[in-house]
Amino acid sequence: MSEQAGVTSEPEAAQPEPSAADEPLLVVKNLKKYFPVKSGILIEHTVDYVKAVDDVSFEVGAGETLGLVGESGSGKSTTGYCVLQLLKPTSGSVRFRGQELTGLKHEKLREVRRELQIVFQDPYASLNPRMTVGDIIAEPLVVNHLGTRKTRRKTAEQLLDVVGFSPDFVNRYPHEFSGGQRQRIGIARALALNPRLIVCDEPVSALDVSIQAQILNLLKDLQHEFQLSYLFIAHDLAVVRGMSDRIAVMNLGKIVEQGPADSVYGSPEVEYTQALLAAVPVADPRKMRIRREERRKHKHVLAEPV
Amino acid sequence: MALLEVDDLRTYFPTREGEVHAVDGVSFKLEERKTLGIVGESGCGKSVTALSIMGLIQTPGRVVSGSVHFDGKELTNLKRREIEDIRGLEIGMIFQDPMTSLNPTLTIGTQITETLRRHLDLSRKEARKRAVDLLEEVHIPNASRRLDDYPHRYSGGMRQRVMIAMAISCNPKLLIADEPTTALDVTVQAGVLDLLEELRQEHAMAMIIITHNMGVVAETADDIAVMYAGQIVEQATALDLFDRPEHPYTEALLGALPKLDEPDARNARLASIPGRPPDLLSPPEACRFAPRCKYAGTDDCATVPPELREIRSGHWVRSAHPASERAREPVAVS
Repeated sequence: MSEQAGVTSEPEAAQPEPSAADEPLLVVKNLKKYFPVKSGILIEHTVDYVKAVDDVSFEVGAGETLGLVGESGSGKSTTGYCVLQLLKPTSGSVRFRGQELTGLKHEKLREVRRELQIVFQDPYASLNPRMTVGDIIAEPLVVNHLGTRKTRRKTAEQLLDVVGFSPDFVNRYPHEFSGGQRQRIGIARALALNPRLIVCDEPVSALDVSIQAQILNLLKDLQHEFQLSYLFIAHDLAVVRGMSDRIAVMNLGKIVEQGPADSVYGSPEVEYTQALLAAVPVADPRKMRIRREERRKHKHVLAEPV
Repeated sequence: MALLEVDDLRTYFPTREGEVHAVDGVSFKLEERKTLGIVGESGCGKSVTALSIMGLIQTPGRVVSGSVHFDGKELTNLKRREIEDIRGLEIGMIFQDPMTSLNPTLTIGTQITETLRRHLDLSRKEARKRAVDLLEEVHIPNASRRLDDYPHRYSGGMRQRVMIAMAISCNPKLLIADEPTTALDVTVQAGVLDLLEELRQEHAMAMIIITHNMGVVAETADDIAVMYAGQIVEQATALDLFDRPEHPYTEALLGALPKLDEPDARNARLASIPGRPPDLLSPPEACRFAPRCKYAGTDDCATVPPELREIRSGHWVRSAHPASERAREPVAVS
């Protein structure tokens, strides 16, 4: 498919501001998200904050993938949600195509969000079981009042083709599909509005290896075809390496190391990154002993929660 | 005599649409003090194999044929009471989800001593002392104090350590770990795997590790069995399996694995396996991998079920087109 899959006839959603010319697609600066910890039964008061994201800065260029890795609770998904303004950041700035997203009003935000989409982790929970696949994929168009019933259906059919399905699947329901196939439907939905940036939040962690490879390849193909940028969030370090131009390693709400994928993985500077890499079991029994040694060496930086 | 000998095990589950052949002719041997890794994707029958061994298949599912010979006893013929005596005492088990395998309404101490007193003749006090020792053995800090905590006070990794402590509490000869680290972070996983290896050596146990993760078996197992659609399709020593995988499925699975240490992986595509595993209600009649296999030709693949055969010493494969024979094929033609 040579042309864009989404609604090509619609006018551009939001014109970039002039100052955006040489700014990367997404610029996140000093992003913080604190969740209050409340106490008290009748009169609640805040006793402390969980600093889920604590002063995080990064950029994602057009057509680029930034991989965000870290353990559970490191704040990587929260960061993704804050970028999309699905969670309101406590402070900091999120600029997309030169436009500041924090503090945008509802209507304006919806306009910008057409270009910012998300693919969720759980393909079983993220598709409405009562909607047909065609309706699921076309829903972003309905929400944004784009097209007619007929053109939306056509778009859904095109998108099904883009993710490797027969267009005839529009009338089927999610339960007829396996996990990997559902994830394709989720991806098709994310593409419906011709986004520029997609936040992929653990998109393959619920899938088996052989299916995972299909989805990762599909994401790469789509990126190439539609010039997409990805913020690729995952806990599987090997998966992230294969997808990303650059990597940001998160620990306890902060980015502890950031750089080109090959240098972060090949010669990690920070001991936390070294420890994280050493912890990954590698499909090579010959390396087992060396890796156990390596692990023991870095054990002190990984305090296991009790 | 091997510690555990499983022969032609078949476990079926009747459903409205027909019988699901979840485990369909699985055989293997496990020697004392050795670790067998059973690896495969969801629905390949690896967990059902473990449950069948332990007599934990819930009706209407049942072991329809085959034998499980453990330490001189045939387990498939035992009465419920008899197999309960073996489970926990001679065979320890750990399951995937440490969040749900502990009872949230009982303290950790109560749950450990329950196992101990069920199998061993211990007083309340002795059992408690033994429980503290066990928690220390699995490296839980402040063991004696934490014994009176409820499970919600423990992190996921620590809960799995408690499960392991319970599993080894009666010094079993065999420990079966079903996806013991799947729900855990890699860093926590590494600690749990190291602990299992430490305990296996100290207690001179044999171990079966069931996982979907090729890395986990590579790091823990002496021998590896790869399962696909209810059958073992390849079995070999860990070194030989990763050095020279024979079955097209094993090769494809290893090819589909993103590599941690591959430079410029960004610009490479992963080798994916087309299609998906067969429905076990009506699996392909002959080779179950044939519909997804790039080497399956017009030959017998669709008509003659391949046997598990020893392609070289200790390396078993169930395929008409194992790698080392394919390598020879062009020579035979010319």
